[in-house]
Order: sequence, then C-alpha cells, then structure tokens
Amino acid sequence: MAVTRRQFMKVSAASLAASSVGALGFVGAGDVLAAGVRPFKLERATETRNACPYCAVACGVLIYSLGDKSKNAKSSIIHVEGDPDHPVNRGTLCARGAASLGYIHSANRLKYPMHRKPGSDKFERVSWDFALDRIVKLMKEDRDKNFIAKNRDGVTVNRWLSTGFFGGSSLSNEAGYLTYKFVRATGILGFEDQARI
Amino acid sequence: MTNSWNDIKNTDLVLIMGGNAAEAHPCGFKWVTEAKANNGAKLIVVDPRFTRSAAVADVYAPIRPGTDIAFLSGVMRYLLGNNKIHQEYVKAYTNASYIVKDGFAFNDGLFTGFDANRKVYTDRSSWDYELDDQGMAKVDETLQDPRCAINLLKTHVERYTPEMVERICGTPKAKFLQICEMIATTSVPDRTMTSMYALGWTQHTTGAQNIRSMAMIQLLLGNMGMPGGGVNALRGHSNVQGITDLALLSTSTPGYLVLPTDRETTYIDYMKSRAFKPLRPGQTSFWQNYEKFFVSQQKSFFGAAATKDNDWAYDYLPKFDTTYDVLKMVDMMAAGQMNGLFCQGLNIMLASPDKNKVVTGLTKLKWMVVIDPLETETARFWENHGEFNNVDTKSIQTEVIQLPASAYAEEEGSATNSSRVIMWHWKAADGPGESKSDMEIVSELHLRLRALYAKDGGAFPDPIVKTTWNYTRPHNPDPQEVLKEINGYALEDLPDPADPNRIMLRAGQLLPNFGVMRADGKTAGGMWIYTGVFTEAGNMSMRRDAADPTGLGIHPNWGFSWPANRRILYNRASADPDGKPWSEKKKYIWWSGSRWTGGDVPDYAPTIAPDKAVGPFIMNQEGTARLFARAAMPDGPFPEHYEPMDAYIANPLHPKVSTNPVVRVFAADAKSFGTPDKFPIVATSYRLAEHFHYWTKNVHDNAVLQPELFVEMGERLAKAKGIQNGDWVEVSSQRGAIKAKACVTKRIRPIMVDGKPCDVVGLPIHYGFVGFARKAHPMNVLTPSVGDASVNTPEYKAFLVDVKKTTPPAQPAVA
Repeated sequence: MAVTRRQFMKVSAASLAASSVGALGFVGAGDVLAAGVRPFKLERATETRNACPYCAVACGVLIYSLGDKSKNAKSSIIHVEGDPDHPVNRGTLCARGAASLGYIHSANRLKYPMHRKPGSDKFERVSWDFALDRIVKLMKEDRDKNFIAKNRDGVTVNRWLSTGFFGGSSLSNEAGYLTYKFVRATGILGFEDQARI
Repeated sequence: MTNSWNDIKNTDLVLIMGGNAAEAHPCGFKWVTEAKANNGAKLIVVDPRFTRSAAVADVYAPIRPGTDIAFLSGVMRYLLGNNKIHQEYVKAYTNASYIVKDGFAFNDGLFTGFDANRKVYTDRSSWDYELDDQGMAKVDETLQDPRCAINLLKTHVERYTPEMVERICGTPKAKFLQICEMIATTSVPDRTMTSMYALGWTQHTTGAQNIRSMAMIQLLLGNMGMPGGGVNALRGHSNVQGITDLALLSTSTPGYLVLPTDRETTYIDYMKSRAFKPLRPGQTSFWQNYEKFFVSQQKSFFGAAATKDNDWAYDYLPKFDTTYDVLKMVDMMAAGQMNGLFCQGLNIMLASPDKNKVVTGLTKLKWMVVIDPLETETARFWENHGEFNNVDTKSIQTEVIQLPASAYAEEEGSATNSSRVIMWHWKAADGPGESKSDMEIVSELHLRLRALYAKDGGAFPDPIVKTTWNYTRPHNPDPQEVLKEINGYALEDLPDPADPNRIMLRAGQLLPNFGVMRADGKTAGGMWIYTGVFTEAGNMSMRRDAADPTGLGIHPNWGFSWPANRRILYNRASADPDGKPWSEKKKYIWWSGSRWTGGDVPDYAPTIAPDKAVGPFIMNQEGTARLFARAAMPDGPFPEHYEPMDAYIANPLHPKVSTNPVVRVFAADAKSFGTPDKFPIVATSYRLAEHFHYWTKNVHDNAVLQPELFVEMGERLAKAKGIQNGDWVEVSSQRGAIKAKACVTKRIRPIMVDGKPCDVVGLPIHYGFVGFARKAHPMNVLTPSVGDASVNTPEYKAFLVDVKKTTPPAQPAVA
C-alpha cells in the first residue's frame, strides 16, 4: 500500500497520542482522544509543489489551497510550508519564506490595469484592452520615429535606443524567454534585469 | 555557483566573504552547519560587520568595505611565499607555466597600454602569451622563466604584505595570518575550501576582480572542480540565475552568446571573431560549436525566416556600439535621451543608485509601463510623499501604465536556483483581481505590436512580424511548450553520424543534448546550455527523485542542472592528469580505462583518454584556467587594489592612481563623488534576515518584524556625535541626505586604517514610501551612480557619508 506523506503524519500523530497517554496509565483513552482530534487541518486542502519566490536558494515549498482545482471552483491559498522532500531546504524555510503567505495575500497586490495621465495626481482603472493597445501604440510611435537602421558608417545596426526594458529576475524561465523574444525582436538594446545591479 | 548548495557539506573550510549567508540565505546556510557538524569543517567570516554568519564562525575578521582585493592578494602572497599551493594541479591545470609577452608590465597602478585621455586600456596586445610558430602558447614547465605567469603573479602580489593588508583593510595582522594558515591547509589533495560570496563582492568598482581573486586562490589550492570546493555565488532572486542565462542583459543572447557589434558588419565577420582557436595542441572546447548554438537559436527565434541565404537572419539582431546597462540607461533618461521604459518586476527607483538621478530620469520619459505583482515606488514616482519623495506631481508629464502580474504561486513553469538546477513549480491558485501572468502579458504585447506592424508597416517590421510564436495558445502559451522550444528539437530527420543509414532523430523530436545541434538549420534550440532539460523522455525539470547514490549531495535525478545535468563544473580537474582522483577522500570522477566515470556527469568529452592531455578547463582556448587573465578583463590581467570611487584614503600602493583607472564615469556624475574631508565615515549597504529587497515591506508580518529604516553604527561614533540608540540621524553623502533611526551596536567597530581609526556605518536597503513598513527615505539617495569596470554593477557596498543628530521627518511616518 502506498502511504502518502499526509497519511503517514496522521498515523504517527495518532500513535504518539496513544502511546503517551497510555504511558500515563490511561490505557484505551488514547484511542478515544485520537478519534476526537479534529481531522488534520490540511487534510481537505490541495497540495501544490512550488518554490519560494525570494532568494536564489529557491527552497521547495508546499502550497495548500482550498478548492480541488476543478473548473468551477476558485482555489484559495491558506498555508505555505517547506517541502520536506526538497534536497536543499529539506522542509525548512527562513523568516521570509515562512511569511510568504502574506505576500500572496498582500493588500498591496495589484489587481487591475491602471493609468496615470500626464500631470495627473492619481491612477485610474482601465481595461486590459485599453492598456495593451495604448502600450503598443506608444511603442510603435517611438520605434518608427527613432529606430536606427544604419549607423553613421552605413553599417546595418537595426537598433532602438529611445525605449528601454528592465526585466525581473523572479520570472519563470519560460516567461523570461518569451520576454526576450518580444523585446529583442524590436531592436531594443537597453534591455536589462536585476542580475546586473 | 560552480558547485551546489548540497555540495557545501563536502567541504573542510568555508570562507564567507562578500556575503552573509546566515541572514540572506538561511536555508542554504544549513549546509555550512552540516559541514561543521559532520565533516569537521571550520568557518571563516570576513566582513565589516559582525553578522549572524560571523556569530557562528570559528574565526571572524573585520575588513574595511571595498578592500577585498588587498586582502585576497595578501592571501595569494602567503600561499605562494610559503609554498602552500597544490603544485601538480597548478602546473597541469592553470596557465602558471605560460610565458607572458615581454611588453607586459605593471607600474604605479597601471598596466601597459593605458590611454590617459580616454581612460581605457586601448592597447591590450601585451596582455597575452608568447606564441610559437604554430600559434600555440609557449610554456616553461620548469617554471624557471621569469616571464611565466606564476612568476609575474608572485611579483605582482609581493607588495601585499600582512602589514600592507592591515594598513589598507584594517584587518589585524595576526588575524589575517591566522586566516591565511587556515586557507593554506586546503592546498593538500584531500582537503578543500569553499568560497561563498554575494553582492558584498560584486557591488564595487572592482567587483569582477574581487571574484577573480578568489578564483585564483582556489586554483592555487587546487580547489576548482573538487567536491567541497569552487567559487559559489549565493545570488539574490529566486530565478536570477535563469534570467541571467536567458540573457535579459544588454549585449547578450541566451546561453552566454553575444550580440554582434558594429564592427561585425557581416555574419562572416561575426563568426570569425567567435571562431575557436586552440592555444595548446589538441585542445577542444564547447565554443568550437558556437555557430551550431547560434544558428539553432536563430531558428528558434525566427523559424523559416532564418535561412542560409539571409545568414540565419543575422540582421534581425540589433548590433551594439556600447553597453546599454542599467546605469547607462538611467544616465540617458536623465539626459532626456529616452522616451519609453518598461519595468517588469524591477523597482528601478530603489534598485539603481542615486535615487534623485533616477527620479529625474523617470520625469523626463514620455511613458512608462510597470508590470509587477506589487505596488512599487517606481510606479508611483510622480506621487508627492512629503520629504520622502518631494516631487511636483503636476509638472511630471510621464504617462504611466501599471499592469498587475500574477506571482509565483499563481503560475507554473521552471526556475533555476543558484546551484544551476532547473526545477518546475506548479500553479496553486489564480492571481488576484484581473492579474495576468507575465507570459500572457508579454504574449499580448507581442501579438498586438505584431498586428500593428503587419497592418500598417513601419520601421523594419521583419523581426517583429517573423518572430516564431506558433504556440498552441499564442495569447497565453503553455510553459511546457516554451521549455521544449528552449530545449530544442530536430527540424528535419537527422541521420546518425556513426551510421548514415540510421535516423538518429526524427523531425520534431526533442534534442537529447547540445552535442546534436547543427549549424545547417536542421535543428532549433533557444538556449544550448539548457538542452537536455526537456527530451523525448519528458520534462527533466519535473524530476523529484531526491536519491543521492554517492552520498556527495549530487542528487542527479532531482531537476536538471545545466549544462548536461552536471552538478560540479570543471570536475575533470578533480582527477590528476592520469585520470586518478587526487585523493580517495575527494574522489569525484575518474578515468575507468575506457571512459570518464563517477557520480556526476563529466565536464569533459567522456571518452577522451588522459594521455591525450586535453586540458580540463574546456571553456578556455588553452584548456587551462587563468592565473593571468590575458585581455579578458578591462582593468587588468591581475587583480589590483583600487579604492572605492568615494575614496577614504589615498591608495597606499599608488596614490596617483587611487581608484580604478578605467571605471566609466558619466559627465553628469563627474562631481558626484565624496571626499573624506566632508564625508569622513565609510558606509555600506546590507540586507536584513526579515526582508527581501523592496518586496516584503508589502507583507504585514515582515513589516512588523523590521518596521523602519535605521543606520547601524558603532559605539565610538555614536558617542563622538552625541547620538543615542533610537535618535533620528541625518546621513548625508555627496549625492544627497536622508533621515534614519540610529541603531548603535557592538557589531560595527572602528577599523584601524592607515594608522587611524575608521568608523563604518551600515544601512539596510529595504525601505521606501510604499508598503506597510514606516515610510522612509530610500537609502539609494546616498549611493554613487558608478559601476564595476567590467560589468557596471553599482558600487553600493562602499561609499562615504557623514552623520549628525537631527529631528524626526516632518511627514507622519506611517504609510
């Protein structure tokens, strides 16, 4: 029989309760106690393997969410802990990683595309379509006007210097690769990430 | 890292210098604890502060910020002078015996070829070996020739006596010598030292040379390629390694290939300058396959539009005339030379030095796009936050669009840790509100821009409209499909080179390794170093078998370690020239008689016999590692101590060339450096155990644990300035002034430099005016906009300030 880690923990907890209570002379009371213990809080949760978002130790984490990931159920993350199987962190997390649930649910998470007009003192909510179309229009205007096809010696250089792109270092490899393809195809040379600084 | 987090357990000695793993990388630091508890290892910490890493060290030594090269050169002098080097290793695996050109010299702080007007070494031709008539490097295996690299090195470091080290670094001589003796114990074949460093070494105008100094020490000791050895960058962000590999860097393309320069006017020129020219007989290298990697990458980027006839779409790539790194871009922005900017998960207003210069730059942009999971100061640079960000909102004409990105828990994909191990993570829930993944945002932008160019034309639309974007879900590609593209696949049926009648790979099949990549357009592959991560056997980054058959912490079936699932780089050097392990205790890979074998993938051609004498450092033309760097570094083939740009003293070695002579200083910053008469205190920046960069001030728990900016100072300085713990202090530099609470500790003590006590203060980087921590002046108001001579990483770790008691900030200090 395959025993999952969670089942194993449950069995261990129950036998621990039984043996320690038994040692005090209350034989049989352990069984009653164990049965009465509220089922393990994470029992109903869905476990997802992920990695801590902070430093480059990139500790393995287990993220627990409510909801079974079916199409009509919205998952909600309730707990994050170290992944005991991960060979580097072996279940441990530091003060940052242990509090990372607070990052996931931070009140300062961005939820909607926002727009600040020139000279304005506030952000205004806009639609994704507005934001994305506006961005590519601004890009194209600047690129068409300032693209450098040839340098002063007549060499084809095909670069665009008047717009720059700072990328993140917490993107997944796949997001980073798509970002590279998107940005480099425009001829942008001012293309950097946190690794430089 | 050349080695891995798990490998640290194999070491006999840990040197933490330029980092603070116990606080910044606590769960990686456990492998230091493991080595101490179960391998009898000792820990040395060298740091300006008595950090929590220092608190558990066997030996701690203080050092003045920005003087690491003097310390490390002193260590090299000790090793060479006391014959505490691994002689056979040094002779066989480094360029110690190579004869350096007669014209090369070093005088008064300058190497040959310096152009005083342009402030660069314009003529680096003498920084090289003498070549014989076959074009091979001349060597003297007896090491008697005074021009042998190792003899020049001995002369070069001779000036770094323990007394000179004490004078420059402020490290007491006895402590320094104790550390030298400990390091020297690892010159024997059965003991190794590991080096753990981070931004404490990179964020200097001599950053790359700091790390090079340690690499040289490890070579002298024979500790490269060995279990428990290596030079190990701890690194900051969870996928900073992957994003570096993927080349979100101005002049690179994925897998450490390089964009063409203006001088490489044709594809033939470009390939010519990258052609591999061996410098020793029979030497092989990965780089002899450069064209295969490059053509495969172009096929991934541009598909059918990259053909032999158009030189594999060579002109679709921009050519560079100079590096457009972060500091350069900020300088261009501040000069009004840029119109648009994207900040995707990078809070440039806090991350780049000289905050006032950054804000000037952002103010001059026409538009800026911020893509981030969190609120950032950058997105709100136009908001007035009293004295913390005192801008005139109305006059700022920059249009800002802020896009909500989902975070790690809300997406799946792979990331690469600092051990180079690529690991998959799975999605746990949707992101908040209308947030979208970075993959979806970038795809939408690409497809919409592409549609505009396809419809209306414009400046050189070809690379945009012909970029390969043939994903099943083009608006939001499946990460697995993208990882397959990075790995690469056959575009046509490929015959087996050993048996032309047999098909090795069918069209569409994934490449098993980068060895099958081709320069004829029949293979595609986005990044050669990751090839093997997704093969016909499946997605290797998803592997979760934690077994460790050798017990050496290799875990070969956990994820995929680039390149080729190799866990320790240069591991051929763990065996002697005959292919036998240097010692039974440090046995790692060896020659079985017919092939290289052991618990790891050999960093070498698996069937090249030892008697072929192919060097183990196959990234280099000479096959050996470089004690003498040739012309690879812009500031010299040997490391040299130069003072930080905010120089605390005149350089005792050569006062006329006090600072790094080839550092790039922008005209706008010429007067931005401080002098000790006005700013007599040395400052450094650091990170707290409770915070990550500028993110966790948005997390309630972390903001409660470490709620506000402080300046840490020693008791002597506090007393002299009449400052008590908790007082408000003004910290000023040539760039500006901020207010911070005083944190008076015993952890920072004055250091005796050049015979006088030098006070040091430290400031955590984490605070700003957004988040749940108390509002604060960003500390990068203080730091100079200047970077390392090699790679332009900003000098955050050593600058000059003054401090004085002051009044609390005027603004209510709660965000």
